[in-house]
Amino acid sequence: MSFLPKPKLHHPKLPLNELGFTRRDYEGAISTLCAGCGHDSISAAIIQACWELSIAPHRVAKMSGIGCSSKTPDYFLGASHGFNSVHGRMPSVLTGANMANRDLLYLGVSGDGDSASIGFGQFAHSIRRAVNMTYIVENNGVYGLTKGQFSATSDKGSKAKKGAVNTDEAIDLVGIALQLGATYVARSFSGDKAQLVPLIKGALRHPGPAFIDCISPCVAFNNHEGSTKSYDFVREHNEAMNQLDVILGRMPITTEYAPGEVREVTQHDGSVLRLRKLHEGYDPTDRVAALHHLHERKAAGEIVTGLLYVDPEPQDMHAHLGTVERPLNALEDAALVPGAAALERINAALR
Amino acid sequence: MPRQAVNDFVVKFANVNGSGSASANQLFAKSILRMGIPIASRNIFPSNIQGLPTWFEVRVSGEGHLGRRGGVDLMVAMNPQTWERDIAEIDAGGYLLYDSTRPMPASRFRDDIQVIGVPLTQICNANYTDARQRQLLKNIMYVGALSALLGIEPAVIEQLLAEQYKGKEKLAKPNRDAFHMGRDWALAHLSCPIGLQLARADAVGNRIYVEGNAAAALGAVYGGATVCAWYPITPSTSLAEAFERHCKRLRTEPETGRKRYAIMQAEDELASIGMVIGAAWNGARAFTATSGPGISLMQEFVGLAYFAEIPAVIFDVQRAGPSTGMPTRTQQSDLLAAAYASHGDTKHVVLLPEDPRECFDFGAAAFDLADRLQTPVFVLLDLDIGMNDWLCEPFAWDDSRRLDRGKVMTAEELEAGRTFGRYLDVDGDGIPYRTYPGTHAEKGAFFTRGTSRDRFAKYTEVGSAYVDNMQRLLRKFETAKSLVPRPVERKAAEPASLGVLYFGSSSAAMKEALAALEADGVHLDAMRIRAFPFHDDVLDFVARHERVFVVEQNRDAQLRTLLMTEGNIDPARLIPILHYDGTPITARFIRAAIADRASTLKVVPFAGAAAE
Repeated sequence: MSFLPKPKLHHPKLPLNELGFTRRDYEGAISTLCAGCGHDSISAAIIQACWELSIAPHRVAKMSGIGCSSKTPDYFLGASHGFNSVHGRMPSVLTGANMANRDLLYLGVSGDGDSASIGFGQFAHSIRRAVNMTYIVENNGVYGLTKGQFSATSDKGSKAKKGAVNTDEAIDLVGIALQLGATYVARSFSGDKAQLVPLIKGALRHPGPAFIDCISPCVAFNNHEGSTKSYDFVREHNEAMNQLDVILGRMPITTEYAPGEVREVTQHDGSVLRLRKLHEGYDPTDRVAALHHLHERKAAGEIVTGLLYVDPEPQDMHAHLGTVERPLNALEDAALVPGAAALERINAALR
Repeated sequence: MPRQAVNDFVVKFANVNGSGSASANQLFAKSILRMGIPIASRNIFPSNIQGLPTWFEVRVSGEGHLGRRGGVDLMVAMNPQTWERDIAEIDAGGYLLYDSTRPMPASRFRDDIQVIGVPLTQICNANYTDARQRQLLKNIMYVGALSALLGIEPAVIEQLLAEQYKGKEKLAKPNRDAFHMGRDWALAHLSCPIGLQLARADAVGNRIYVEGNAAAALGAVYGGATVCAWYPITPSTSLAEAFERHCKRLRTEPETGRKRYAIMQAEDELASIGMVIGAAWNGARAFTATSGPGISLMQEFVGLAYFAEIPAVIFDVQRAGPSTGMPTRTQQSDLLAAAYASHGDTKHVVLLPEDPRECFDFGAAAFDLADRLQTPVFVLLDLDIGMNDWLCEPFAWDDSRRLDRGKVMTAEELEAGRTFGRYLDVDGDGIPYRTYPGTHAEKGAFFTRGTSRDRFAKYTEVGSAYVDNMQRLLRKFETAKSLVPRPVERKAAEPASLGVLYFGSSSAAMKEALAALEADGVHLDAMRIRAFPFHDDVLDFVARHERVFVVEQNRDAQLRTLLMTEGNIDPARLIPILHYDGTPITARFIRAAIADRASTLKVVPFAGAAAE
């Protein structure tokens, strides 16, 4: 545990983004996780993605549940409000927050225990409600804070540190998210920053439910031989579908690709997701094909990563609810309180 | 001897669920109100949608008693399933109205009641061919017969039908016709009127007739609630549904037709309260509506909201017991569950409305209190208030009133350099300042968690910081005492050494019982508790009386427990009067129970009282 304040000093020549912030301005408190924890790499990727997108940190709401992963929002975006809520219930808190103010960016950070076990229901329902959010599961297949129990994403047959073998079927959150209507679905690996940062950027720019399952090895309890969430195992079995670049508005396209190598998807806000295809014939806008592909590669023992599905024209919860443009938390008394005259008419109808 | 009474009797309708009787019974009830005579009406129904028995009881009370009386003077027995028990329930000298289409042997009646047969099915079948019409209009037809028997003015019924079917003459006409068919048949074939009579009066005034759930929902609209997250559960469902109905009319943006509110039917009560807390954390006024089992499920989140100091409004429409308990029966049995909800050391603000008018008032005030105190606020209704129409004072609103958002630090204040510590008690009232997310680019952000933090919301697990915080929360609870609705005291005609404390839906029965006890020579000062934490007046009231009866509708004397714990009161001085069979408490019960205990106390002269 570290209680030291982080020094604010930084190199004077650190690059600035469009808002004039350095990457350091997107950092948070010093991490209290174990050295080498995959989660810290994900925090670093979130920092990088937000900095590159020039997101105003205070316009982000960081929400989490309970567990190692859910502690991490303290370690990035120190100028954002954060909410370390209840185990497995981050999705409902995030949903409510989003109902109250549709204008903020909602970043939900969760773990495999938090989202696949205790919070499986809330995870599922927040996805099917199409809450506009970026939902990242830092998936290490193990309970870290309580020291090494299997989680519901542990693969069948994988071995715990002390030798026990998991006999239960694993929940594939990506498959569930696809099935329940997430409009941006990706999987990545905390050890692959080049892949992860653009995936987070694309999710943050996606105006609908964006889900990223990020495999994140637990160095303390799930990085041994026989684990299927260890650094070595994931590196060996990682099968990337594509490589993503997120291109905003006026940014010039610099790299040249041969025809057919690149697929571009323009999102509703004008951002372009440029996908360099690594797998022949994979169409990331076909939900059914994505599910099929996922199952097929899983049977072959591969961990499929990349942007697996995107709907460029998604609808979100507020569209379904028919709420006003103005955030509900900003409506003034006059718009909320009908007044005495209206009440008198109601009284009259009750006599 | 047939019972004789003017404007003072009980009519009970025994119907079959789903047979369309509700609107006819409602018509009957409202017609009496329109004649200026107060009524108290109650639905008695099982957990079922179609086919099982359901009852509707109307107590006509020219004197204005609104509690349940007990006993039946006129039974309208329309359900063969419950015939025996319905007949048995009629007071001696009372009346039975039944469908005499099929002849019945004398053995199925009683000698000591007046039997009135109207061949309702026969008249219906002769006049209508459509099966559904036959069933629905049969109900209106018995209202017609009752109008002749009891003296309901036909013009009043016609007016009510005209209002109900405004612009839909196609529907109004058959109802009107059926009403007159029943009335004319009764006038021609029966001796009208019977001993029970309605006489036009002027005792209703400008009062309204409304159910508590709808009133509480309207309170939420006026209280500025914009987010409602809920999960269906009897008897609270109609609260959330009423909120939606009110909002459609009152909160639609005129230019766009879009909603100035968001309602989410969640997947369970955990998600409901989670959404409420998320929304309130983010600066919107948010609530959920539930009942006892839902409160159980919300416990963890309620604790988080208490410790993290997030406003939330929870309407708990109490019922009897668990899901397979008696979900359609009333009780006041969630008081302790609400007051001490959740893990760790917690205490919560609980508001206790007595009728729909207070459901509206407290429904609106709950949001100001939750924001001001930054804590969950429970509003405890019960099925009796929530799902029955009550005669009560009209709703009122002062247009100069502003929503009190509490201590929220603005971007301007942060910019001006005001110190912001999320859990810093700057004013000495235990209430810190908060910021809404997204307020200021560099200042005012904090990380919300339970208690592992200091006054500036920085992470710490140091014991002294924890104790410091818990002490501040106690100071805040102390502040709450002066903000919640004060208790209402009613002094006895003579100086009394006995007192009685009560709350919520027991109020109407209590008023009636107090008058009766007074007539019996039992003098009691009475205080109606309207909120927890208890105002100092409550403890002062107990101190001023030798013995205090505590009347409540639960088995374990929960209010008494709360008084003992919070007020450090000697248990011997608090005498429990408990009613918990799922039916609303009656004046007869209270009167008998108090008279009984009072006589053994030998504190005051005892003059005897009727037993129920």
